[in-house]
Amino acid sequence: MTLIVVITIFVLAVFVGLEIITKVPPILHTPLMSATNAIHGVILVGALIVLAHAHSTAEIVLGMIAVVFATLNVVGGFVVTDRMLEMFKKRPDPPEKKHE
Amino acid sequence: MNDHWLIELGYLVGAVLFILALKLLNSPKTARRGNWLAALGMAIALGTVGFSLGHVETQNYIFIAVAVVAGTIIGSISAKRVQMTAMPQMVALFNGVGGGAVALVAMIEFMAEPGERLAPVPLVTAVLSAIIGSVSFSGSMIAFGKLQEIMPGKPILYPGDKVVTALVLAAVIALAVLPISGSTSIALFAGLLGTATLLGILMVLPIGGADMPVVISLLNSFTGLAAGLAGFVLGNTALLIGGGLVGASGLILTLQMCSAMNRSLENVLFGAFGAAKSGDHTTASATGRIRSYSVEDAAIIFASARTVIVVPGYGLAVAQAQHVVKELMEKLEARGIQVKFAVHPVAGRMPGHMNVLLAEADISYDHLFDLDEINSDFPETDVALVIGANDVVNPAARTDKSSPIYGMPILDVDKAKTVIVSKRGMGAGFAGIENELFLQENTVMVFGDAKATMTKLVAALDEF
Repeated sequence: MTLIVVITIFVLAVFVGLEIITKVPPILHTPLMSATNAIHGVILVGALIVLAHAHSTAEIVLGMIAVVFATLNVVGGFVVTDRMLEMFKKRPDPPEKKHE
Repeated sequence: MNDHWLIELGYLVGAVLFILALKLLNSPKTARRGNWLAALGMAIALGTVGFSLGHVETQNYIFIAVAVVAGTIIGSISAKRVQMTAMPQMVALFNGVGGGAVALVAMIEFMAEPGERLAPVPLVTAVLSAIIGSVSFSGSMIAFGKLQEIMPGKPILYPGDKVVTALVLAAVIALAVLPISGSTSIALFAGLLGTATLLGILMVLPIGGADMPVVISLLNSFTGLAAGLAGFVLGNTALLIGGGLVGASGLILTLQMCSAMNRSLENVLFGAFGAAKSGDHTTASATGRIRSYSVEDAAIIFASARTVIVVPGYGLAVAQAQHVVKELMEKLEARGIQVKFAVHPVAGRMPGHMNVLLAEADISYDHLFDLDEINSDFPETDVALVIGANDVVNPAARTDKSSPIYGMPILDVDKAKTVIVSKRGMGAGFAGIENELFLQENTVMVFGDAKATMTKLVAALDEF
């Protein structure tokens, strides 16, 4: 990819990010933060690329830490967000209760 | 790679799903689907990268498998086990490790080619994403420590703190210039990471615990930006779009959180909110007297009440009192008393946090009211029951121009006929500010742990 293409993609992504968040009700502030938090776990893509091509011990060790960190970010982020949003679902007839 | 366009297409599908997901996350009805869509986008992006790696040594595949499995196990177990009350610090923790991952990826990219150096633009973005990632990592860890109460929630200030922070910032800039201008020293790059980590710590220490949600949101935006910059280094579309989206949307969300508290971002970051000495505000109003009631005496007040508004705060959350409060609500309703819940946008420790906790206790939506909807009801309300809330009901926000929370929208509980405050002790709130509400003539204090108090109250209501 040429540099200008890379810059174009990034700048457009930033503008979409600025526009996409409208007036969010406060009730959703925490889940939205948590979901975007999980999305930046996309750094896992980068961590996988560098670990795949790591040669020296230092690179391998740092790469493994990066992959563990990024995986935590992705998995933990999405699970925590889902748990929060699960609470918000309308329950006309409560099914089996998990929390007592 | 002749299937290059397929890889780009995979990333594009992932990116489009991220954008659609954020759109759905704007509304409570579709938010959960939005989160699933984002997870699907992530799965597609990760599947795609699996096909793009080219030749990889077998041992590297093993390293990847071990690291991914470890991260998945730790991540899913901790995310499933964490109490709803501890959600804010969990988000801080996951954000922090994300920032750490970005910094490490940038570092490895810098190390990878000692002979063939990175081109100027990727080099600059590698340095920037290393700095921002490190700041986000350490800043989030401090935010975690403050919310988990491993360290004091109050702003930590010391003489000359601003100078020290400025010097560390200068050191970060100086260290950043060297690799950009040609140094290939790995030790120096590691030093840059270390100094940026220190900067993150120094930036968050002087910020009070009450402002941690805003800090976490801002650091979340930072991590996104850093991940996007790492996309320049790797020429990777998924990183560029995913990171750019989060960097920008995270900033908008941060500003919305600030406006919910009627504060500017600058004031949150540099205002040392809550550092005001206690006593500054009490001396003027120390004329009042505290009326401390037993639970039984307080229960009698409900006997003649027709309308009750419950104001839950963080004290309710830490005591895990939400389920007992639901019981209390049922008891009161059985006596024909109308019960409403007034939820302040920043009740709990994160905006929206209280809604999550009350929903967990199965208190239905139609009982919950926002600040704007309910404030006009207080003057006609018999009893306002404040459970572990403090700053969000402090009338000083309306009246006292010298108060650090002046101008913050509050719940006007002081206008109710009787105010019952359940509180652990006379300590100041999370923001460290005294509250005149407790000295008001129509206010009754019931001291003790919120859950114990509510349990006793439920029992006392059966007596008559």
